[in-house]
Amino acid sequence: MTEPIADSATEELLDLTVVVNGVPRHAKAPARRLLSDFLRHDLRLTGTHVGCEHGVCGACTVLVDGQPMRSCLMFAVTAQAHEVTTVEGLGAIDSMGPVQQAFIECHGLQCGFCTPGFLTTITAYLEDHPHPTADEAREAISGNLCRCTGYQNIVKSVLRAAELRAERAGTTT
Amino acid sequence: MTSQMFGAPVKRREDPRLVTGGGRYLDDLGHSALAAAFVRSPHAHARIVDIEVSDALDVDGLVGIWTHEDLPGRVGEPLPLLIPHPTLTHGRTQFALARDEVNYVGEAVVMVVARDRYVAEDVCQRIRVDYELLTPVVGIANARDGSALVHDDVPGNVACRMLQEVGDVDAAIAAAPHTLELDLDIERSACMPMEGKGVLARWDSDKGELRIFSSTQTSTGVRAAVAAKLDLPLAKVECIAPDVGGGFGVKINHPWPEEVLIPWAARLLDQEVKWTEDRREHFISSAHERGQLQQIRVGFDDDGRVLGLDVKFWHDNGAYTPYGIIVPIITSTQLLGPYKPGAYRCEFWSLYTNTVLVTPYRGAGRPQGCFAMERTMDAIADRLGLDRAEVRSRNFILPSEMPYDHGLLFQDGRPLKYDSGDFPASLAKLKALVGWDDFAAYREQAEAEGRRVGLGIGCYVEGTGVGPYEGGHIQIETSGRVNVSTGLTSQGQGHETSFAQIVAQELGVSIEDVFVTTGDTRRMPYAVGTFASRAAVMSGNAIALAARNVRAKALRIAADALEVSAEDLEIVDGDIRVKGAPGTHMTLGTVSVMSNPLRYAFDEAAKAATQFAGTADYSKPPVADDDEPGLEGKDFYSPTQATFANGMHAAIVETDPVTAEVKILRYCVIHDCGTMINPMIVEGQVHGGVAQGVGGALYERMVYDDSGQLLNASFMDFLMPYASEVPHIETDHLETPSPLNPLGIKGAGEAGCIPVTAVIASAISDAEGFAITSMPISPVELWELRQRHARGEIPSLRGTRHTPSAPVTSAPVTSAPSTPSREAP
Ligand code: FES
Ligand code: FES
Repeated sequence: MTEPIADSATEELLDLTVVVNGVPRHAKAPARRLLSDFLRHDLRLTGTHVGCEHGVCGACTVLVDGQPMRSCLMFAVTAQAHEVTTVEGLGAIDSMGPVQQAFIECHGLQCGFCTPGFLTTITAYLEDHPHPTADEAREAISGNLCRCTGYQNIVKSVLRAAELRAERAGTTT
Repeated sequence: MTSQMFGAPVKRREDPRLVTGGGRYLDDLGHSALAAAFVRSPHAHARIVDIEVSDALDVDGLVGIWTHEDLPGRVGEPLPLLIPHPTLTHGRTQFALARDEVNYVGEAVVMVVARDRYVAEDVCQRIRVDYELLTPVVGIANARDGSALVHDDVPGNVACRMLQEVGDVDAAIAAAPHTLELDLDIERSACMPMEGKGVLARWDSDKGELRIFSSTQTSTGVRAAVAAKLDLPLAKVECIAPDVGGGFGVKINHPWPEEVLIPWAARLLDQEVKWTEDRREHFISSAHERGQLQQIRVGFDDDGRVLGLDVKFWHDNGAYTPYGIIVPIITSTQLLGPYKPGAYRCEFWSLYTNTVLVTPYRGAGRPQGCFAMERTMDAIADRLGLDRAEVRSRNFILPSEMPYDHGLLFQDGRPLKYDSGDFPASLAKLKALVGWDDFAAYREQAEAEGRRVGLGIGCYVEGTGVGPYEGGHIQIETSGRVNVSTGLTSQGQGHETSFAQIVAQELGVSIEDVFVTTGDTRRMPYAVGTFASRAAVMSGNAIALAARNVRAKALRIAADALEVSAEDLEIVDGDIRVKGAPGTHMTLGTVSVMSNPLRYAFDEAAKAATQFAGTADYSKPPVADDDEPGLEGKDFYSPTQATFANGMHAAIVETDPVTAEVKILRYCVIHDCGTMINPMIVEGQVHGGVAQGVGGALYERMVYDDSGQLLNASFMDFLMPYASEVPHIETDHLETPSPLNPLGIKGAGEAGCIPVTAVIASAISDAEGFAITSMPISPVELWELRQRHARGEIPSLRGTRHTPSAPVTSAPVTSAPSTPSREAP
């Protein structure tokens, strides 16, 4: 959570519009509302998780204009000028993205709490590095914490997701 | 045939939901709830002099502020001591809000409820608490010294002293040809699930009912504890564990102060109230584990066989003992691992310190015990110049000696009696996997390149699946949907999948038709909880038994209707049919219709069950006297004792000659948890456990200063391993079925982390040529040890470092790769 406000005056609520998963979303929130809280509690997109509130664990990672960003370190107000993609935007149950599908196939998650942050991070990574080696895949996920999996199956998931992306690209072109 | 489900690496049923943002964790619920925040003690030991709230009262959005004096009746009494024990003579628990004294930094003093968490924290900042400082007791050595006390009425800070002895240890050691003494030290760490704790409570004032959601490992426990605290009938309280983002032990303790206060406030305010723990709160006000000082005296013969083992240890239990002394009891009993010392004595003291409480963390005292035993094994091997694996094998309990009774009492108060296990076979597999006998050659080559490498080993036995019981309930709907419930909770173990596999197999239905609910007291009010690697053993077997009951009922009804004998029927993919004559059949859904005679036809299926639908036998009641309506079944599994899983790990490490950095080159695991329900899930549990073990061996520690401040209470400073720190883990399994339960399974949840600290210490010792006795170890510490070793303050290992073993007679060793290689995942 944030630093307290200096005085007890009623907080001014701002009309915020943030493009989330391609849709402009409106809500009223104070200037100090973190993007993570805004997504979770104002827009009720609870797929984005908060594991540390200080930018270290990566659970809250969303894509801002396609780049992975820690939504616990960003204000909702600041996000107004950008396009935000959350885990909900990576694919739904009946139309999963390649990274989501790879995580299921490779047992890349246990409790699932860290998972949305990995999924967004890896999605962006594979955009720039479509054919990683195992070592590169490990490096790519080394900014996110997971307490359950020991990472081995997440590394495997990255490699599998790369394959799935390539397969899908092959079938659609 | 329905495809084989039990034992197959079935993809998890929970995953599609969890990877698409569909998980519902505690803080994903109750968006319109009021939020709670706490003023917590900034001091480790102090008396509360005054609490001043007037500055806070005009904050817009404030709903209420409470201190201890506002708490009525049992809400204001100390929290329960959950697991009393005769030797816990000085058990102490805290108040939900501190009364006069605070005993650790982070202890809750004031609760604030406000419109949202931001406002609640604003209010907390404006509350002033005056303290009179008392002397803090920090660290085991200070607690043991006893000159300052945590609790005035607990002399020497001793919560408990316990002694167990089998045989005459003093005589055995006195008569032994060789003796050794070791002083060991293991630091504090903590579970650190990615999701902290959290509670949401809804009070229904129309019905006088309370619904609690808690990120807990025991919803039945929370329900009962809160009902008792709030003086509510159990029938008026329900507790649901939603998706839980990891537990690892810390969420088994209950009720946490917040689990009492949030429901209390929700009832008082007649509004939904929620508290979500933030990361700093989790560090300073949940629980830690691991910290122990150990002294070992061992007597052994020329072959390295242990004749007498005398262990004393001092366990840091933090400021209070709500979860009793489970952790040190487990250390004292599970220390023995796969070995049979001639005589054994263990005496421990569980000590208070002015630090956050200590409750079980994955492994729950076993990593400490394993560290003690395995360091001792290495020391014996070194003294005699024997191979470390060989010394271990000479002390093994053999398969022919199973079941093996140690003559001690285990953590469940029952005899410590191993049910099964083949330790020589495990060791043979481990040596093959890591290339034990080729390591000397590898080292020679590495040293020629100026590299320093070492090989380490560690073995453990883990009591899993402790009682008292769990239950399973299965109900089949007319659609054929199979609803399964069990009361214990899930924190990532994949219960929705593994339990569904059991039911699919036992009933003969497709896994897609099976829906598992855990941790919901509305669905299964009798349960204990998820801890001690017990879920698969306890609930798995209960669910299997329940499924067998449902199956028997379905076959009886179908046999009647099809006018055949039940023995001639089989169930395939939800269809009951006559063996060899599949044309004669009916679905489980139809049997479900028939099992429940109805008056009202609300759909087509129901129509078939109404009173005018068919030919009735008017001489009989619609439901027979000895029957019940519905196609459902329930059963409980309650074993006489725990099952004992085991495993052996080996690691090859490289230590940097200049910087003393430690790199794990290879990590090998042999794991035996009996019959596996889902090997993919078991493997995942092992990976996760090893990763936590690596954290505990090389990175994680709780750094308290002398005044009791936790200096590293954030993920920036508490070094939980990222992917870059965790090695690729090579695994191999042995499946020695447990004779104790119908499915032959043993628990797997904690195993991975148990021996890691011991294994890494063993490997670093082997690399450096002197014994590592204190863990975790950082590069700085290793560097300092090297300086002391160079100055002659630390003796060199006497035996030459790792040499290939003498031929092992008990089991063959297969060929292994000659050089360590990190396999591509
Ligand atoms: S919650 Fe944002 S990085 Fe941890
Ligand atoms: S799956 Fe639980 S924290 Fe990663």
